[in-house]
Parts: sequence; structure tokens; C-alpha cells
Amino acid sequence: MSKNNFTRRGLMKTGAIGGAGLAVPTIFTSNVWAASHTGFTNAPQGDTVTLGFNVPQTGPYADEGADELRAFQLAVEHLNGGGDGGMMQTFSSQKLQGNGIMGKKVEFVTGDTQTKSDAARASAKSMIEKDGAVMISGGSSSGVAVAVQSLCQEAGVIFMSGLTHSNDTTGKDKKANGFRHFFNAYMSAAALAPVLESLYGADRKAYHLTADYTWGWTQQESIQAASEAMGWETVENVLTPLAQTDFSSYIAPVLNSGADVLVLNHYGGNMVNSLTNAVQFGLRDKEVNGKNFEIVVPLYSELMARGAGANIKGIPGSQNWDWKLENQMGDRYRGTNAFVQSFGEKYGFPPSQAAHTCYAQTLLYADAVERAGSFNPCAVAEALAGFEFDGLGNGPTLYRADDHQCFKDVVVVRGKENPENEFDLVEIVEVTPAEQVTYAPDHPMFSGGQLGSCNPGA
Amino acid sequence: MDAIILQILNGLDKGSAYALIALGLTLIFGTLGVVNFAHGALFMIGAFCAVTVNKLLSLSFVTLDPSKKDFLGNPTKILTPYVEKWFGPEVGAAIIDWSVPLSILFAIPIMIAIGFIMERGLIKHFYRRPHADQILVTFGLAIVLQELIKHYYGANPIQTPAPDAFRGSFDFGQLLGFDPNVIIYPYWRLVYFAFAAVVIGGVFAFLQFTTFGMVVRAGMADRETVGLLGINIDRRFTIMFGLAAAVAGLAGVMYTPINSPNYHMGMDFLVLSFVVVVVGGMGSLPGAVAAGFLLGILESFASMNEVKALIPGIDQIIIYVVAIVILLARPRGLLGRKGVMED
Repeated sequence: MSKNNFTRRGLMKTGAIGGAGLAVPTIFTSNVWAASHTGFTNAPQGDTVTLGFNVPQTGPYADEGADELRAFQLAVEHLNGGGDGGMMQTFSSQKLQGNGIMGKKVEFVTGDTQTKSDAARASAKSMIEKDGAVMISGGSSSGVAVAVQSLCQEAGVIFMSGLTHSNDTTGKDKKANGFRHFFNAYMSAAALAPVLESLYGADRKAYHLTADYTWGWTQQESIQAASEAMGWETVENVLTPLAQTDFSSYIAPVLNSGADVLVLNHYGGNMVNSLTNAVQFGLRDKEVNGKNFEIVVPLYSELMARGAGANIKGIPGSQNWDWKLENQMGDRYRGTNAFVQSFGEKYGFPPSQAAHTCYAQTLLYADAVERAGSFNPCAVAEALAGFEFDGLGNGPTLYRADDHQCFKDVVVVRGKENPENEFDLVEIVEVTPAEQVTYAPDHPMFSGGQLGSCNPGA
Repeated sequence: MDAIILQILNGLDKGSAYALIALGLTLIFGTLGVVNFAHGALFMIGAFCAVTVNKLLSLSFVTLDPSKKDFLGNPTKILTPYVEKWFGPEVGAAIIDWSVPLSILFAIPIMIAIGFIMERGLIKHFYRRPHADQILVTFGLAIVLQELIKHYYGANPIQTPAPDAFRGSFDFGQLLGFDPNVIIYPYWRLVYFAFAAVVIGGVFAFLQFTTFGMVVRAGMADRETVGLLGINIDRRFTIMFGLAAAVAGLAGVMYTPINSPNYHMGMDFLVLSFVVVVVGGMGSLPGAVAAGFLLGILESFASMNEVKALIPGIDQIIIYVVAIVILLARPRGLLGRKGVMED
């Protein structure tokens, strides 16, 4: 259900917090927003509004960051009335008219997260303090997302996260000023488990290799819980350093461990390397316990599939979105083709899921401002919380008020055996309905944190 | 027992890479007295020579197939590699399949040329400067090279597969009488180990049995005296730098099927290779090779679940722990000589 007005209650809450003084962060002492006496950080004063896009421009996920940046630029172009309007045409909320946001032309600044939490915080802080960004979006690491979300909460700006898949982002580290459109590890596991059972049966022994940071931990926990619930046994979970490039010494012991499935809780370059090593060691050609040995990569991305080449063929995983969704699964996923058309015409190739989530987040923010009638973070948060929408490529979606997590269908995919072209590396196996991947707000995997109150900053 | 054999095998390929990189580092340090922090970048450039050759051989011409539509609904572009057009589909596909071994022919002149340019253009100005200056300038150069590669090739790892004939693995354990699937080892890693052995043997033979090598060894022992004998040491040093660059580059070329090349791979190996050099003994070629294999195998053992259960985190620090122990017991390293870096 959509809330279309900046309510009296919200206004009172904002005023109370703004007036309290105690909530004003001490780290932000810039006179940039001290001069704006409108009760929230970086209130747009002229005929423009500045958004801050914080993406990995260097480091191992720079290609993903580049795709996010392309999507942000496209979204800004559409918001300002350029191009063909993309998903603005299919978005169920028809508040965006191509005249900027609330009549203000959208401008943007960019920062480099370097896929490092401290660097990401520094670049976000700079965009807020020096450039006057009223919203921060982007990123491709959960470690970064959690760090920047926390900073935005302190600073009093909205954070619309990019690609972050850890349960913690909207679990124990959730914040009132932070919103996630991307799905999470629990949802991946809930969507994948039935497919894994139908592919490989209920009697399997799994060996996990897990990236040793927040995303790896929560994904492993989720996949282990979901697979054990259907009868699988977890033989071993080995944590691997994020900086690891050669996984051979981790792969070698897998075969004589008694396991017949290897779950790679790895992402990006880690996944490309560990999968390459696993294939080199002939794991996919072996028979263990009378069954073919199988490999599972719970979180997929098209860019990773491109990096892994032929090794990805036949391997199952999950995605937040895929550019073929509307063509293959029908009109429920409308918006997909509009976005692919816009993006493809502009850049010459289909968008990745990282690009899609960042584009969607930008539109969702702009739409929330229009519906709230204010850039005030508390007004925007209130407009987004509990918002139900459609037409952004994922089907009907809810931005849940309890944790600021989007609930929508999850795409289960497999590496395609015979790709027709370089963009056709992933095939859609099925789409799991949102109801099957929804969990209670107090689910143990997401407990331990409080959303708290929104912070308008100044 | 099977786990021990498995980890020794695992350590061999990483040890091979350490040994090859450390060999080049030691050659440059021993002959020129230069601490070259750009040596990892040379390993990375070698790997990207293989990527480049693979891309060049895969260059394709486009024909449109109106019966199929691309993602925007336009006629699908069909890419046919030129080599398949020129040599026929089978031979063309085989040439692309063997692109990594073929890259060696491309990488040797490229790497020697890069070595020459580096030495003449930059390194020679730092012969008499403190080691700290050398480290700073070569580290800066490494970052420049790394960023150039990232700019042109992107940040993601690029698949550069081994020829089909060497893909997959064989059951090493069954040869030794173990159960099936207990000790398996990829074919290409054996190739890499054999290749490293040939290159290392070649470098040693070159230094041992040629006049040039004799002068270089003399130079490593006493640079000043060799210079006083009227030998053009400068030209030989340039050639040595080119040779060391070629060794690092070849190590990179052949490493590409083991781990997909990315712009950061040089840095990943650099620090560990320096530890290898120090543990082996500054200026000692046999020391560098021995330490490379020793640390590669120990690192492999440290990543075993049983070992990590006993000492959590040991896989991340084993090389440094061993280095500390060895250097405390033998401050000059395993085979280090007196007087090297002791002034």
C-alpha cells in the first residue's frame, strides 16, 4: 500500500528529532549544510538537487561498479527528461514526469568505494559534506554497504544500497535511513533449496568454501540451514580469506572428505578463481557416493559468469534479476524490456543485475520524494516504508517497513550449456514467488539490530 | 599419507611460481644491486601477453543472421574468427585452443624489450641510490603498469584456458596404490611444474656454461672488480634485466590457465616472492629456488583443515612465521652469502 503524503505524524517526529539536538551528528561540521535552515542535511536550495553515487571504480569489482555507474547516469538522464524514459514508463507509480525531482534538475557526483569499507565511508562523507549530496547510492560489497549505511544514518541522508546480499544489511545492521532493493542470502537459499532438491535429490553431502566476511558468513548460514532442512548433510565449512587468489589447497581436500556437492560462497574474482580451480581438479567429472559430484554457486552475476567462461556451464545459482526475465517469464516482469532497450541502445550490451538494482533504487528514491513532497530523509523514509510497487522488472514488490528490505520474486538460474552469444551465459531455470522467500522480521538470522528512528541530520 | 602427498603436489605449482619470480628478483638484485618492486608487475604483464594473444587469435569478422534476433531485436551478429577463415575451422580452432603455449613466442621478445626499456629508461639512474629510493620508484612503476592494464583490460579476471589436451586432472593416487579420487592433480599444473624446472635449469645452465654467465656470476660476487677489468658491465646488466623480465613474464604466461589473469595478480605474488628471496638468501639463486618450493609447500600444508583447526589463521601467516624462524637461525637466509646487504 502506498503512502502518498508526508504525514503530520512524520512531520512531528522530524521536528522532534531535529529539535532535540542530541541526534545531530558531531562528525558533520561542514558549513555546507549549516547554512540551510530547513531542518535536514543538504536541503536543496536552488533549482538543482545532487545525488551521490558511490561505486567501486578501482579494486576487484571495478567492472561491476562501472555498470552501476552507467545505470545511474541513465536514471539521471531519464529523471531529467532525456532518452526514452526507460522504466519510468512502466513504473506503477506515475509520479515521475521527466522534470527532475520535484522540479529540480538532478545532478550527481561520484565516489570510489574501492570495495573497502573505510574508503567507501570516506568517499560518501566527502560527497555529503563537500558536494551536498542529499542521497547516497551504489556499491557492490556488503561490508561497504553496512559501513556506508551507518555513515548515512549518522549524517542524516538516505542510503539506497546497491548490490549487497548479506542478511546483515537489513538484519542486525539495518538502519532507518537505509533501504535495500537487492535480495539477500536468506532469499537465495529459500529459492535455491527446492531447485537443488529436484536437481540433485535430498540425500547429499555438502562441503562449503566461504568468503571470510559478513556476506560469506550469512550466505553460508542461510544455504546450510535451507539445505539441511531438505535432508542434506553439511560435511565441512572452510573459511577462505578475501584476498585469496589460488584456491587449490582448499579444493584438493574436498574429494576425500566424503562430500558430493561443493557450495562456493564466493563472489567476484574469488568465485571465478575457486570455480576454475575446482574444474581443474576434475571435481565435476567425478562420482562420489554413487552420484555425480556437483558444484553450486548461490549468488550469480552475469559479469562473474563472463569471467568464469565455460566452467560455469550447468552450475545453478540465484539472481535478483536477469535481462531476459520479461521475454522468458512474461508480462509480470514488465519494465525489464524497457530498461534493457534503454541501456542497450546507450551502451551496446545488456545491463547486469548490479545496473538494474541501482537504476531501480534511483527511481524509487525520486518517486518517494515526489510522493512525500519533500527531500527530508524522514519524509522519504516514510514514503518508502511499506511502499508497494510494480513495473520495475521484478514483478510486484514490497518495500517492507519493518526492515527496509524489498520482497519480490527471486530468479533461479544456471550456466547455459550452449550460449548463443557472449551475453547469453545464464539461463533462467525458474522464478520463485516472493511468498516463498519471505521471512518474519524477527527471524533469528536477521535479529540483533534495531531500525531505530530516521535521522534528518541538520 | 595421501593428504601429505596431495599438499606436496599442491605446493609444487605455487612453489614453481614463487621460485620463478624469486629467481628473476635475485638475478636483478645480485647483478645490479637493485631491489625491484616492479617484478610482480612483469609477471602480470606476462600473463596479459597470453590474454592479448588469445584475444588476437580470437579476432573475428561479423556476419548478420536475420533468422535470429539479438537482445535488442536486431539481427544476431555471428562472429567467426579470422584464423578459422584462413586455416579452416579445425586448424583455426586448434590455434585458438593452443593460444597459451603459443603466447610464449610472443611474450619472450615483448618481455625482453620491456626489461631493456625499464633498465635503460629508469633503473640505471638508481644504481647508486639507496635501496629505499629503488623500492619507491619501482613500486610506483608497478602501480602505473597495473593501472594501465586495468584501463585496457578491465578489472575482472579474464579466462585464458589451457589447451583441451591438458584440461582436467588425472588420478595420481591410483599410480601409488591409493583409492580412486584420493589424490587428483590437474594436468596443467604438472605442465607448469615441468616448465618451471626447464626454465630454472636453463637459467642455471646459461650462467654456468656460458662466458656471459661467468662474467655475470663474477659480477654478482664482486661488481667493482669486474668493472675494473674493462668488461662492459652496463650492457651485460641490461641483458640480465631483460632475461629476468623474460623469466617473470614466462612464469606469468604459463600461470594463466591456473588462475584467470587480473591486473592485481602481480602484487599478490610480489610480497611473498620477496620473502622467498630473503629466506633463500639475498643474491643466492639456488637459495631463491629452494625457498620458493619450500614456502609454496608449507603454505599448502598450512591451508589443510586439520592444521587450521590446531592453529586458526595459520594459513595466512605461515610464510612469515617460517621466514622469522629461518632468519633468526640463519640471518643471511638458507644459502645467503656474507656481505650481501649487510653494510
